[in-house]
Amino acid sequence: MAAEKTPRQAMPEQPPLVRARNFEEVPLGYTAEQAVAEAGRCLQCKNPACVQGCPVNVDIPGFIKHIAAGDFDKAIGKIWERNSLPAVCGRVCPQEIQCEGNCLLGRKGEAVAIGNLERFAADWERKHHVCELPSRDAATGKRVAVVGSGPSSLTVASDLVLKGHEVSLFEAFHKPGGVLVYGIPEFRLPKDIVGAEVSCLQAQGVKLECDVVVGRTVTVDELFEQGFDAVYLGVGAGLPKFMRIPGENLVGVLSANEYLTRANLMKAYLFPEVDTPIPRGKRVAVLGGGNVAMDSARTAMRLGADKVSLVYRRSREEMPARKAEIHHAEEEGLDFQLLCNPVRYLGDDKGRLTGIECIRMELGEPDASGRRRPVEVPGSEFVLECDLAIVAIGSGANPLLTRSTPDLPLNKWGYVTANTDTGKTGKKGVWAGGDIVTGAATVILAMGAGRKAADSIHEYLTWGW
Amino acid sequence: MFTIVNREEMAGGTVILNEIEAPRIAAKARPGQFLILKAGENGERIPLTMAETDPEKGTVTVIYMVVGKSTELFRRLKVGDAYQDVIGPLGQPTHIEPGKNVVCVGGGTGVAVLHPIARGMKQAGCDVTSIIGSRNKDLLILEDKMRLASTDLHVCTDDGSYGRKGFVTEVLKEKLEAGGVDQVVAIGPVPMMKFVSLMTKEYGVPTMVSLNPIMIDGTGMCGGCRVTVGGETKFGCVDGPEFDGHQVDFDELILRLRAYTEQERCSHELCKCEGRH
Repeated sequence: MAAEKTPRQAMPEQPPLVRARNFEEVPLGYTAEQAVAEAGRCLQCKNPACVQGCPVNVDIPGFIKHIAAGDFDKAIGKIWERNSLPAVCGRVCPQEIQCEGNCLLGRKGEAVAIGNLERFAADWERKHHVCELPSRDAATGKRVAVVGSGPSSLTVASDLVLKGHEVSLFEAFHKPGGVLVYGIPEFRLPKDIVGAEVSCLQAQGVKLECDVVVGRTVTVDELFEQGFDAVYLGVGAGLPKFMRIPGENLVGVLSANEYLTRANLMKAYLFPEVDTPIPRGKRVAVLGGGNVAMDSARTAMRLGADKVSLVYRRSREEMPARKAEIHHAEEEGLDFQLLCNPVRYLGDDKGRLTGIECIRMELGEPDASGRRRPVEVPGSEFVLECDLAIVAIGSGANPLLTRSTPDLPLNKWGYVTANTDTGKTGKKGVWAGGDIVTGAATVILAMGAGRKAADSIHEYLTWGW
Repeated sequence: MFTIVNREEMAGGTVILNEIEAPRIAAKARPGQFLILKAGENGERIPLTMAETDPEKGTVTVIYMVVGKSTELFRRLKVGDAYQDVIGPLGQPTHIEPGKNVVCVGGGTGVAVLHPIARGMKQAGCDVTSIIGSRNKDLLILEDKMRLASTDLHVCTDDGSYGRKGFVTEVLKEKLEAGGVDQVVAIGPVPMMKFVSLMTKEYGVPTMVSLNPIMIDGTGMCGGCRVTVGGETKFGCVDGPEFDGHQVDFDELILRLRAYTEQERCSHELCKCEGRH
């Protein structure tokens, strides 16, 4: 069978040593020929396991079939039925543990490159603009306030505006997109793409208001007083975690949130062309092993670092980052300090960071997360010299909004308690989803939560609580 | 867009007042809270504590010293021009206890932030003695407003060109020696707040300071505004901007405020060159 013989089409990429010094996107995207060839590998399973692996259940064989036939406009139309942010998801979803992880072809060989194909269809549409936006149902007269404008909020806004509701998005920053804009770097997700996806929503009738900090500028209760019938909270996690070790307030120690926000949202890599500065470390240590750590490390390289070390207390197998990101970072020359834990930061008399004292670790018994727990190797302390340290060890729940909404039930970590099937919170008329419910997770999981909440909000607006 | 409806120059053009249309913020703002302002598309997000709010007019007022590129760009905005972004009100409002004997100490543009607090305290029935200072007569701001907001006003200049010659701390010491002071509020340059706090600690008088650390979002997300207060790390943006002066690690704050000195200088130089064309 031909499908067996065609190899998985490799994604064309910028060469590692070139891209490690620029902010342009690393993968260049399939050509039409590559996309058709790759789509031809799909077995078109009767009971597609890939769809079950997708948090928003995109009809994957359906859109791939259209690509294989060269009907790219039909392909994007098919994706849009379930996913309003395909250009984003094609780039940042962890496909290897979702759709592609379930692909039958992957059992014996290589899975169909579903993410690359999704990206191809979305990029093709953005270039050609031939498809019509999905049509909008008759106006219901109901008003929904969506707080935050990250992936879960954008999904809620898109779903509900199509169902005929009036949707307002409130963003605390001066630009919409949430983590897609402040967190994920340009070389992984060009900001023009996020801008285009948001413009698409605005074209569908979603009203966008930036510079509104819900919890400060306006409270959730005031939104109801202003006539909103339902409120969706998709504000993200948004509270940086620090190591809580000595010297953490030295100049040169930044949270990944701060470092990436400077680089991405404020475009500080263009300083002094833009006005926001960013520390340009020569020797950089990034603490953590997730996608945010990879993004930080790769940003530091692009800002001219001589050496970037990733300090992670477990081993490579336990690193939560997407495989493709670890691979990319390694190709670009990232130094891995695995099984290594920071003990304290060292500084000079000007209060500036000069290094980190670290200790080597070894893996012991599995802990609550099922991963083997790292334990210190006595006497193995050493100093990792660095002038910039980026702390990327995760986020907690930002209390700004929740403290201003006292009757909103939270769990013991400060996250909003919401029904996993509906996103309903313990406060009437209020839904929540994404990282403010689950803790820091992925774009697509946040979108999945948004989809469920949108369905539930629609039901409420139609039938009541 | 947030339009400037009134603009004044003070201290020989080095300090600027902007009254800005921002009805939603004006309706919510309380003394002690701050804003983040951004002039244009490529601008920096600059935190400034509000000097005045007018909920009826729907305006907020900031008073700032021109110190770098961003404030230089702010300075060039005229009445009718607009800030692209104004975000707020941010931070915790001032906690005012009625009926106290308070000494309010202000230095430089800190007087602009001190003024609504002093006024609020006087309105709450406090006896407000204010001590304001600047390097010289030309740099002194808001003397008349502070006189109205205070029961008693003292003015100092470093060079003696106006009022009493010397630092605000000298007058403060006399007040503390005389006794009966329940609380001190100190707002101004970090070294001034540090020395006021060291002095009041000796006398055991609670002291509130208002800090302006480097930050980006102002909502607790970046953690750039970390300050050590009583040995614990706090975020200036959400836990502050006001803190117990006896607990603040001012030396660390001074070092952290210098994080971008080199880049700021470079950026400002480039901007000044552009300005001449």
